[in-house]
Amino acid sequence: MKKRLLENIVHGVFLILGLITVGCVLLITVYLVVSGIPAIREIGLTDFLFGREWEPTGDDPKYGILPFILTSVYGTAGAMVIGVPVGFFTAVFLSKAAGGKLRTAVGSAVDLLAGIPSVIYGLVGMLVLVPAIREIFDVPDGASLLAAIIVLAVMILPNIIKVSITALDAVPKEYEDASLALGATPTETFFRVSVPAAKSGIAAAVALGVGRAIGEAMAVIMVAGNVANMPSLFESVRFLTTAVASEMAYSSPGSLHREALFSIALVLFLFIMLINAALNFFLKRRKGE
Amino acid sequence: MLKGKISARRRAYILTMRVLMWASATLTAGLVLFLFVYILANGLPHVTWELLSTKPSYLEDRIGILPDILNTVYIVLATLVFVLPIGVGAAIYLTEYAKNKRVVGVIEYAAETLSGIPSIIYGLVGMLLFSNNFGTSLLAGALTLVIMNLPTVMRTAQESLKTVPQSYREGAFGLGAGKWRTVRTVVLPGCVDGIITGCILSVGRIIGESAALLFTAGFAHALNGVFEGLTSSGATLTVALYVYAKEEGEFGVAFAIAAILLILTLLINLSATLTGRYFAKRRNI
Repeated sequence: MKKRLLENIVHGVFLILGLITVGCVLLITVYLVVSGIPAIREIGLTDFLFGREWEPTGDDPKYGILPFILTSVYGTAGAMVIGVPVGFFTAVFLSKAAGGKLRTAVGSAVDLLAGIPSVIYGLVGMLVLVPAIREIFDVPDGASLLAAIIVLAVMILPNIIKVSITALDAVPKEYEDASLALGATPTETFFRVSVPAAKSGIAAAVALGVGRAIGEAMAVIMVAGNVANMPSLFESVRFLTTAVASEMAYSSPGSLHREALFSIALVLFLFIMLINAALNFFLKRRKGE
Repeated sequence: MLKGKISARRRAYILTMRVLMWASATLTAGLVLFLFVYILANGLPHVTWELLSTKPSYLEDRIGILPDILNTVYIVLATLVFVLPIGVGAAIYLTEYAKNKRVVGVIEYAAETLSGIPSIIYGLVGMLLFSNNFGTSLLAGALTLVIMNLPTVMRTAQESLKTVPQSYREGAFGLGAGKWRTVRTVVLPGCVDGIITGCILSVGRIIGESAALLFTAGFAHALNGVFEGLTSSGATLTVALYVYAKEEGEFGVAFAIAAILLILTLLINLSATLTGRYFAKRRNI
């Protein structure tokens, strides 16, 4: 009897520990929604989402976050355009073409890239990339959308490479053997047989990269210049993440300004949820294959 | 022999793909090499004993990062103390206790969601949840990081629980052990490797985190003991790097911290690989 009671208590404790994760997700969602809605209500949804001007501290404050949304979208898209092809070909190379030692060496280099804190990317971007852009393109300030795009492209590389490699490694060897036996060369086999067989996994890798790029704050804040302009390649811009990060410290608690920052976070959160849903879709399909 | 049979078009395709593969891999590897050399070359000369062993002082016009190092250690310890029991417990629930598939699905989905949320959002929620209740402090930062690292610890523990052979459990049950006794004496020792790997991965993430700590742990550089430190505001190494580089223009110090962080990252990756190899070998015997 006593033993039964103990077992039940232990079971309950583990159940609670398991449900903490669920509780955290609910807590985060509720907090973001509750603190994000009031400002949207006060400003008006269309003025907030589609307003082109952000001047929270002016005499006639304006709270339009279209520049941030577009900057985040363009910045992420730009990073994907550079990062996905490089990551994809590197992944195919490491998974299929590279021999044992080369694979281990480049693989651990990729691991290092994944482990480097984002502020270090920001620091190097600030001191190498920003001056370089200023020199090469002859613009007054190199802190721009382009700098952010390049930094983000580098930062998503390891995610794309690692997840793609996992998917490519899981392709059954029989597929490749069959292709080789039919007279295809190894390279043709990698790209015409292995890659299509791993396409859901590669799609998941891309979705993961999008999530990381759109959510990155610290590296971007150091290279993008942080002016609330509409996005343009050589213009100083502000992302959804950096809008929150750069103004949170000096917005006064309880003001509409601070509440609007929470609304920005809510918009960002919705973007992330959308990407997560896409990611889950691809992962499920991969399991089904 | 093959060359004669392959058409020019196929040969062009193969050549293009091979060039793209080699170019991309070289670019990636070159990038890592550049970052590594650049950061160490700019950072290591600034790493002096004085920098490592003092706190910043305006009077003597010097910058020291000892408080930041200690804050990083405190926050790592505080986070692990909370996240390990919760994460491992959740993993045990999922693999050993849960019978309802829907509950498992919900918990796993929640973990996936948590791991996709960007750190700046953790920072905001941590500020609302913890800092607004008991002040901007390392403890508030640590609790925020607990939520962030929960999925990592849970997943690694879960993976290694799955590798504990079912026959071990059956053996324990057959000898008359109850469920809890089986978990405690047979299952848990079998997933030590997962717990260690989860620890290492979490330490890496905690050391590298900055956006989530900016509004929860703040950026003070005071020299404190553990308990005093946990209840007061303090910058970790990454936050200090950000502040020195962005706000104060002290690039020498920023690079010194960057070099230290880079070496730490290397050590963490190395230890993760080595533990993985060690346990894989032990399991095969």
